[in-house]
Amino acid sequence: MRDVAIIGVKNTKFGELWGRSLRDIVVEAGAGALEDADVGGKEIDSLYVGNMSGGRFIDQEHIGALIADYSGLSKNLHVPATRVEAACASGGLALRQAIMAVASGYNDIVIAAGAEKMTDVGSEEASSALAAAADREWEGMTGATFPGLYAMIARLHMHRYGTTSEQLAEVAVKNHKNGSLNPIAQYKNRITVKDVLNSIMVADPLHIFDCSPITDGASAVVLAPADIAHKYTDTPIYIRATAQASDTIALHDRRDITTLDATVVAAKRAYSMAKLRPEDIDLVEVHDCFTIAEICAIEDLGFAEKGKGGIVTANGETAIGSRIPVNTSGGLKACGHPVGATGIKQAVEIVTQLRGEAGQRQVEGAEYGMTHNVGGSGATAVVHIFSRER
Amino acid sequence: MASVPRFWRGIGSRYNLEGTRCNECGEYFYPPRNFCVNCRRVGHIEPYKFKGTGEIISYTVIHTAAEGFEDQTPYILAIIQLDEGPRLTSQVIGNPEKIHIGMRVRSVFRKLGEDGEGGMIYYGTKFVPENE
Repeated sequence: MRDVAIIGVKNTKFGELWGRSLRDIVVEAGAGALEDADVGGKEIDSLYVGNMSGGRFIDQEHIGALIADYSGLSKNLHVPATRVEAACASGGLALRQAIMAVASGYNDIVIAAGAEKMTDVGSEEASSALAAAADREWEGMTGATFPGLYAMIARLHMHRYGTTSEQLAEVAVKNHKNGSLNPIAQYKNRITVKDVLNSIMVADPLHIFDCSPITDGASAVVLAPADIAHKYTDTPIYIRATAQASDTIALHDRRDITTLDATVVAAKRAYSMAKLRPEDIDLVEVHDCFTIAEICAIEDLGFAEKGKGGIVTANGETAIGSRIPVNTSGGLKACGHPVGATGIKQAVEIVTQLRGEAGQRQVEGAEYGMTHNVGGSGATAVVHIFSRER
Repeated sequence: MASVPRFWRGIGSRYNLEGTRCNECGEYFYPPRNFCVNCRRVGHIEPYKFKGTGEIISYTVIHTAAEGFEDQTPYILAIIQLDEGPRLTSQVIGNPEKIHIGMRVRSVFRKLGEDGEGGMIYYGTKFVPENE
């Protein structure tokens, strides 16, 4: 297998982009990443795009072909384009497919993109589309919602480990603070623990400010074999590990609902592939679709002891400038969560940080970064590790 | 909520807690599985009707409802471990103030929801505190 590098990155603005369509935002992200890498269309061997639910959100399937077409990669160049779907982990899986294409030697220059256009439907329809990431027949049909499933994770975590609503709120407070330093973030307002606790209850114990929002956005990265990466950029960022794991589709079938075994296993595989340990990682983008999800993630990835994620967060250990900065982008909570784009956006954030280009939210001297992207309530997890030096 | 055939073909399980059991390893499955996760191709799956008693593993009170459940809020949703072992997701009928992890519950036959006025009405299993 060949070493792989990221040579170009781009995020669109994340938010409610009423005036822009899915194809508009993907083209902006894709063209931006190619410009960043200074790569021309003729050099592109293939395109992978993460998209969860074009069918439900914009009544459009065949997203790979659509995007290749509007990126100018179809009519003359006929570049193969493949859509990858794993609910909210679609982006992370698209990145993994692209990495494998380059590592295997089948392809040299590959684009991994992710996009979701969620605000063309009302919030009820969007919520129903998102609930399709769980088991529709045995969770959805009983009245389960996505916040409801994570609320049950939170309830048991609180019962077993003493985690508090205040500790959950600290995740949102930190991520909004980080988001305020990220020009593309959906929410740049800072909030307090009190704001979270006073916001409306969605599924007890989760308030609306414990939940990530509905977002439009697109992200893209360009990959190349590490051996030729310097031809395109002075600051290639290297892929040290790509790992993925599955678990039961329904939350109720898990070994333990407060641990995402798919995350634990994907992380274990990633650390082993990179020959690194959690203490080697300088920053991590985790899948905080809900505040409790970030607490579980930092535990399951090895940055906090099981049950101590809430305390570690409340102590400030996950803030920028502290022991292990988590979600410097603002995370899903504040940067926004266009589901198919999120896994790619996480990679863009880590590349930006490892290049030293993150401005006010820069983690000084960062050498190793990690991304963690989850599908559904934990049926899919994908973990990547990146490094500044090869 | 669901198409008529999609709901109809699961009626035995939804109305009567009919699941399956693997005679090879002894594990019970609800929702039913026709392929044993432990024994895989060498498993022997047979139908099994659950007793319907169990305990609450975790729960939430849902205030923002799923599509089709809007008129039921707030409602209690729980993960319940049946006494035979498997876990399922179900609504629990009861006082949200009194529900707790570890609470004993039993299954009852109830209306689950409906597709608006004139639409299909869905029935199935919910749970109540065991001593009620």
